[in-house]
This record gives sequence, structure tokens and C-alpha cells, in this order.
Amino acid sequence: MKLDRALLLHLGLLAALLAFHVAAPAYHHTNIARIMVLAIYAMGYNIAFGYTGLLSLGHALFFGAGLYAAGLLAYHADGTAATGLIAGLAAGGLVAFALGLFALRTAGVAFMIVTLMFAQAGYLTVLYFGSYTRGDEGIVIPKAGRMLGSLDLSDDNTRYLVAFALFAVALLVNLWLARSPRGRIMVAMRENEERSRMLGYNPFTVKLAALTISGLYSGLSGAAYALMFGYAGASLASVQYSILPLLYVLLGGAGTVIGPFLGALLMFYLIDYASSVTDAHQFVTGAALVLLILFAPKGILGTLRERGLRWLP
Amino acid sequence: MDFGPFLLLALMEGLVTAAVLALTASGLSLVFGIMRVVNVAHGAFFMLGAVLAWFVSQWVPGPAALSFAVAIVLCPLIVGAIAAAADTAVLKRLNYEPEATIVATIGLLYILEQAALSVFGPDARPVPAPLNFRIQLPWFGYSGYKLAVVVAAALVLLAVWLILRHTRAGLIMRATQIDRDTARAFGINVDKVYAGVFAMGAGLAAIAAVLIVPIQQAHYLMGGDPLLLSFIVVIIGGLGSLRGTLVAALVIGLSDGVISTFFAPTLAKIVATLAVALILVLRPQGLFGKRAA
Amino acid sequence: MTGRPFTTTPTRRTILKGMAGAGALAAVPRFVQAQSSEPIRIGFQLHRTGIGASYGRWYERTASAALKVLNEAGGINGRPVEILFEDDGTDPKRGAEVVEKLTTQSNCDLVMGTLFSHVVIGSAPRAGELKVPYLVCSEGHHVASGMLNRWTLQPGITDVKSQVQGMAPFVSSNLGKKVTMIFPDFAFGHDHRDFFTAAMAAQGGEVIQQIAIPPTETSFTRYFPQIPSDTEVIYHVMVGPAVLTFVKELGEFYGSGARPQLFGFIDSLEAVDINSPGLEFLDGSHFWEGHPRYKQADASEHETFYRDAVGVDDNGASVSDPADIATYAHMFSTWETLFVIKHAMEAAGYTGPADRQKIVEAIEAMTGFEEGQAHPQGPKVFNGKTHQAFGLQSITKVEGGKLVRVHQTSMEDGFYPDEVDYTTMSF
Repeated sequence: MKLDRALLLHLGLLAALLAFHVAAPAYHHTNIARIMVLAIYAMGYNIAFGYTGLLSLGHALFFGAGLYAAGLLAYHADGTAATGLIAGLAAGGLVAFALGLFALRTAGVAFMIVTLMFAQAGYLTVLYFGSYTRGDEGIVIPKAGRMLGSLDLSDDNTRYLVAFALFAVALLVNLWLARSPRGRIMVAMRENEERSRMLGYNPFTVKLAALTISGLYSGLSGAAYALMFGYAGASLASVQYSILPLLYVLLGGAGTVIGPFLGALLMFYLIDYASSVTDAHQFVTGAALVLLILFAPKGILGTLRERGLRWLP
Repeated sequence: MDFGPFLLLALMEGLVTAAVLALTASGLSLVFGIMRVVNVAHGAFFMLGAVLAWFVSQWVPGPAALSFAVAIVLCPLIVGAIAAAADTAVLKRLNYEPEATIVATIGLLYILEQAALSVFGPDARPVPAPLNFRIQLPWFGYSGYKLAVVVAAALVLLAVWLILRHTRAGLIMRATQIDRDTARAFGINVDKVYAGVFAMGAGLAAIAAVLIVPIQQAHYLMGGDPLLLSFIVVIIGGLGSLRGTLVAALVIGLSDGVISTFFAPTLAKIVATLAVALILVLRPQGLFGKRAA
Repeated sequence: MTGRPFTTTPTRRTILKGMAGAGALAAVPRFVQAQSSEPIRIGFQLHRTGIGASYGRWYERTASAALKVLNEAGGINGRPVEILFEDDGTDPKRGAEVVEKLTTQSNCDLVMGTLFSHVVIGSAPRAGELKVPYLVCSEGHHVASGMLNRWTLQPGITDVKSQVQGMAPFVSSNLGKKVTMIFPDFAFGHDHRDFFTAAMAAQGGEVIQQIAIPPTETSFTRYFPQIPSDTEVIYHVMVGPAVLTFVKELGEFYGSGARPQLFGFIDSLEAVDINSPGLEFLDGSHFWEGHPRYKQADASEHETFYRDAVGVDDNGASVSDPADIATYAHMFSTWETLFVIKHAMEAAGYTGPADRQKIVEAIEAMTGFEEGQAHPQGPKVFNGKTHQAFGLQSITKVEGGKLVRVHQTSMEDGFYPDEVDYTTMSF
């Protein structure tokens, strides 16, 4: 019963997103496609942070790795979208794995800073190799590089459906992971590392695996962003883009499967709405964040889970 | 220019960076060390100090030194009061839950930046230095005010150290840091201590900003770099260690300048950044932190 | 960039013919039968927040002033015009979202306005997909370099390659042959580095040192020892809020002793008072200005009209607040772009979004603009193939706390071989 309820909720979300494809006004249609791509990034962040307790400030490095793997391949080597997505996935995973080898020797605040520093080095590297990346200005991904087989990712409908497909796979894998024994070990690591160690689990390998999965998600999202929206620039690898998924996850609810999507959705429309009511729109955004967190300190779904919906995965 | 003077210049520049950084970071270190709060708005408090210093320079007539003197007293007080209010109105209600405070202080950051943009405007605005002399060395000239900043920062840091070590207020803060519940049991009003610490942390950032603004100008987005750097400095130094914060500020301030004498500037930044990360990988507790904190 | 014939660049003859054409365009009957009296909606992507906010504020003022003039003269095709400003946060991701919002939600007929290159480059692909004309006021070389698309045009301001190239003859013959360049280590700085180094070599000068400053830097003194002692001219083009620091520190470094000539791009000091404390060091130095901030003695009537309409005094500050300095060297582009839109829509007989392609085609058919109320910065040549305008650049000198023009480039100084022909691309 419990299992069905949770699964139904997630399938229901996917069904709603598919229905939205038919019914949505043009503006919101593209927005949701964009939000789904960014939600994949936030889900990846959530796997490291929400489930495993790894508070990273350097995820832009993984997102950027995917973004530039796909972007540079298409720009300099006539890569296609298929190779771009695979390369982005691989780049995100590899970079996360390599970073994990170093950074996971630390924990807590030291982990935050080590990841922050590596990501900063990554951002500066993009600038340093400006002759290939065009640095902060960035590059436009050529049309040929945005073809996924015969699917043109610059077409609105195709983009939405491909974003949906990637999002659906990411969501279901996340759900499966969260309910699998491995997912429970991750949570155990977050809750009490010592006790998990005594039960025979190696914290380092569990965390490294979680961080690598997180990197795969982030890299895929970065690559998808570059290919679907046709742009790769250094600002997308800057520290703001490390804070963004953290914010999405905290707003939606850390350690919940739908939380990252909900947070990304909320944040997008918060900014969008605020900027249409007032010029001083950061007041509205800032005040809304403060109020939201005052009334839902565990994020929206996290607070709902505490107040009765205990079955929420 | 020969290598020697080149290095000397890099060291002097590094010293100025380090002095201001140490001051900003000591504020964050207090907040972080005592309250265990990641204050994302710390850079915004820094910015607010600089912006207020500009307003003071516009309102106070007479020589620049006078308005500067007013600013160095008034700005930290105002910024501290704003911080204390934010603490009481928001952070306390969140029970200083680490994750919730991150979101709340991001919200605060938005609000403060928008306030600066709406009232102060988007332009960078200069504030005159209180003293204007230039030191002419055989190889190059150097701003006398910059050296004064180093001295002033050192004095403020000394004062903070004295307060923490030798006053009752300092004792209470340290007691709260070590064990919040026991402190409460001994009749310490922890809420008040926290509000005070948060205000003091923000005030220190504001002092640093008032000192730097004659060199750097006030701008509503100037808080980003000091936030990141002081964060790094606090962790590298070791949580709760003022001495560590000071040494880490020197390491970071100087390494940047010295490394940039050997590499292309952007490459130097990359190397310096990775070096700092590796320090932490090798010593996760920071330079002066206690193991297994 | 090399080896291509120069013939694709307009010759003087075509320039003159083009200007006549533009004049004729202006003379097209103003009140063509309007299909509708619905207002024409122009979306304006604005840097209201973020690092470009100083520019954004003045871009909004300038465009609003132009709009008022435009509407008082009967609008476009007899229809009133309105501008919808939307903040892009000076961020490329939000920029693309704003193009989307203005086009599909606010139903704007076209989108204009952006300055910062990364926002332009991040947004242009989306404009191309939405098939909405996207008129940028950016001065970046991104349009003419061919990296964007058929829907993106820059008819209001000269691009950086042309600007920089136009400076080399004056610098080499008046200031010195040996130049040290100081620039931010990102794409905008690299454009200056590459284009100026090449242009200087062509003039028989030489760039003897290139100092790239990391964009995260807030203090600069430690880079100055890298300036070779035989430097005759320092070419500086720093941007961002730290530029004042840069100039002050340069002053402290050299003191009152001998120093090289200084030549800078006013981009460093847009929205900054040239008489700010610490900037005394700039006295006697030279600047590129797209449009001189201080009203020159020989200012045209159009210049005076424009200045009054926007609300800028003779010192380049707001008439209501002398401390509020305009981003004068760039903001004229929004004014001029709006009048290009008017001419294009009228020439195309624009009736509604279905005619968007005709706007692009009408602008591509233009070859230049005469100096006038619609183009107060001066005459321009427009290259329909590269979608880029070319205008006259000013070099001013800081004298007695004012920027006084000492040189104006000729149109030819700024020409270079075409790097793209957008007209051969599909819509």
C-alpha cells in the first residue's frame, strides 16, 4: 500500500507533466522544459546532500563539466547531441569521482570549502582556456550539434519531450535508489556514520558512489542545458550555480524525490512573478525565501512529511 | 622591474589584502564558531558598511578625516543593529537549524542587496581617504593609506582578542561556544549572546569595509568576494580559532600575490585555489583546529 | 579574418548611396494605412540588476526618451508604440528566459536592448528559435563575427573590433609606438588584445606587453611592475566596479614622476565622475568615447536635442542629480536602434508578428543612416550582410576636468573584411 502510494504520486507527476505538454501556453511550456532540465541537476545535488549528507558548494563543477563536454564537442569537433549527452554524463561522473577521491577525506565544513575551491578552480580554468571556450561570453552551440538522431533539440516540442524523457528517467532512478537498500545505506551515512561503519559499511565508498551518481546527474543536466538551449558560458559554471541547486533542494525538501523539482519550479516562478510586479523584485524574492523557510523549515515536502505524509520518499 | 622589488610589492599588497580579510573573516569566525551558523549574508553586511560610509561622507561636512572618523564608529553600529534585528526576527525562530539558516540568510542577502541598489544605486562610488600621502620607494610608489589600513586592522583584531580573552562578555561567548545548554543552565541568556555575537560579526565586517572603501569604492555587489574568501579563511584557520583565522588570512593574502609573480595571473589564481583546497584535504581540521571536532 | 578580399566592405560610393537611401526611407509617408491601431509592443531586455545595472538604468532612460519623441511624431505606421522593460539580471540564462517571456507571454513584436555580451550570446539562440528580431546594443563583435543568427542585428552601435581598429592610427602617430595593454582576462579583454595588437602592427607600432588581469581581481598594484620601462603608451580597458581602484593605483604607482601616455576605453569609467577623488592622475590622458560625454563646442543641434530629451546636462550627468553620471558613450545606441526599428517597420509595411521576417529583411536592405534627430551620435554605415553598424569614433582628452574631443576617426578607419553573410542563411 505504502509503496503504491509513493509510486503513484511520482507517476502522477510525470503524467501531469506530459499533459502539460499538450495544454500549456507557449511561455510556460518552455519554462517547464527548462525547469525539468535544472531539476535533474537539483536531484543530483539532492542525492549527495539530501540523502547522504554531503553539503557541497562545488556542484557547478559537475554541471559545468557536462555543459562544456557537450558544448565543446559540438563546437570544435562536430559532435552530435547523442555524443554530447553521453560525454556530459561521463564528464560529470568522472569529475565527481576524481574530486571525491580528494574531497571525501574531509567532512562537514571542510568538505564545503574543498568542493568550493575545486569548483572555483574549474571556473577559472574555463576562463584561462578562453581561446577554446570564449570564457565568460561563451559559445553558441551549432545547429548540427543539437540534433539527437533526427530529433531537433531546438524545436520547442521536441525539446520538451526530450527534457521530459530525461527527467522521467532521472526521477524514477532516484525513486528506485531512495527505496533500495543502497539508498538506505546512504541515509544511514547521513544520520550516523559511526554506527553504519560498525555495521560493516565503508563510509568512503558509499559516499564516493553517492557523489559519483550525483555527478552523473549534474553532468547530464549540464549537457542537456547546452544542447537544448544552445549556449555554454562560464557564468553557468560559477559559484552561483553551485548555490542554486542547494537552494532548490532546501526549498522543495531535502531528501525527498520530488523536492528538487518543486524547489526549482517555485524559485523560477518566484523570480519571474516578482520581476513583473516590481522593479525592486529582489525584495519580493528575498522576503518570500525568509517567510517560506520560517513556515517550512524543512522545505515544503520535508515539512509535509513531518506533519503526516510520512510515506513520502 | 627587478625580481626583488617586484616581490616586495607583491608582499605589501598581500599584507593589505590579508589585513582586511582577517578582519572580515574574524567576524564570520565568531558567528560560525559560536553559533554554528553559515551566514551567507556576511558579505552583504560588509557591503552595507561600505555603502553607509559613502552616505556618511556625503552628509558630514569638513575634512575627509572627520567623516571617516564618524563612519568608522557609526557604520558598524548601524550594521550591527540590523544584524541583531535579523537574528531576533528570523534566525532565532529557526532555532539556528544549519540548513534553514542558509536559505534564510540567502533571502536576507537578496533583501540587503536590493535595498542598496534601490537607495544607493548601481554605480561604484568613491569615498575619500582620511589621509593622503604616498610613500616613494626607490623602485615604485605606494599608498600610505594602505599601510595605515594594515595598522588599523591589526589594532581592531587586538581589541577583539582582548575582549574575548579578558572580559566577562568574552567569557560568556566562549562558554556559549563550548556548550550552549550548560551555559543556559548557568543562567546565561543565550538568545542575547547570539544576537550580540551576530551583531559583532556583522560589525567587524562593516569596519573592514569602512577601512577598505577609500581604496576600493562602494558598490552594491562588492560583498561576494569577501564572503567567499572569509569563509575559506575561517575553515582553513580552523573553526573557532582566532589565531588560525589570522594566519590563514596571511597565507591566502600573501600566496595569491606571490604566486602571481611566477605564473600568468589567471593561472596563478587556479594554482593558489587548488593549493588552498589541498591544505584542507591534508589537514581537514584546518591549521589550528582540533582534530575530530 | 585574413586573405579575404576587401570588396565586400562598402566603398565610399555605396556609403553615400546608402545614406541617400536611408534619407528616402525617412521620407516615406508617415501614416501608411495602418491595419490596426493596437500599439506596437517592443520588448526591452534590461540590465536592471546585476553587474550591468549602471548601464541598465541609463538604457531605460534613453529608450524611454526616444519612445516619447517617437510617439509624439506619430508612432510607427500611425500606431502608438510601447516598450516593455524586463530585467535580465545581467545573466545569460535569465536573458534567454526574458526573450521568451517578452515574445511569447507579452506578445512583443520584437526584442531589443541588451548590452553585456554574455547575455546577448546566451539569448540570441532563443531569439532565433522563436523567430523574433533581436536588436542588440552591445558593441560586442559577436554579431559581425558570424557566431549568432539571421534574427540578431546590431544597427545602433559600432562593434568593438571596428572601434579598436579605429584607435590605432591616432595612438601610433600621436601617443607612441610601444604599447603595453592592460585588460581583463575574459572575452571582452581578449577582443581588445587581439584586434588592437593587429591594428597597431598594421600602423607600424608594437604591443610590447599584454597584461591580462583575472576578472576576480579587486586590486591591481601588483601587476604594474610587469609594465616594461620602455613603454610609451599604456592602453587600459578594465571594466566593472573595481576600475576606479585601477586608475587610482596606477596613479600611486607612477606618482608625479615620468609616466607613459595613457589611453583607455571609457567603458572603464562609464557612470563614474571623471573628477572623482583619486582620478586626478587621468589629467591629460586620452579616451575612446563612442559618444562624447561632455558636450563639445561644435555639438550639433541633434546632439543638443538628444541631450535635453534624455535629461543629461552638458557634463554628462543627470539634470536632476549632478552626481548621477550617464553611460553616455553607449546609451545612444538604444535611441538610434528604436528609430531604426521605426524605419524598418515602415519600410516593411509591418502589421503584426507574421511580418517579423520582413523587419529583418528591411534592416538588411539598409546601407546607412544620416546624422539627424534619429541618429544624434553621427552618421553610420550599415552592413546588411554582417548585421553590423559602423560609425565615427571620438578620442577625447582629459583637460581641466572635462573630456575634450581631440580626434574623430573616419568611417574607413573602422572597416574590416566581412566575416559572415547572414543574408545567405535561412530564417
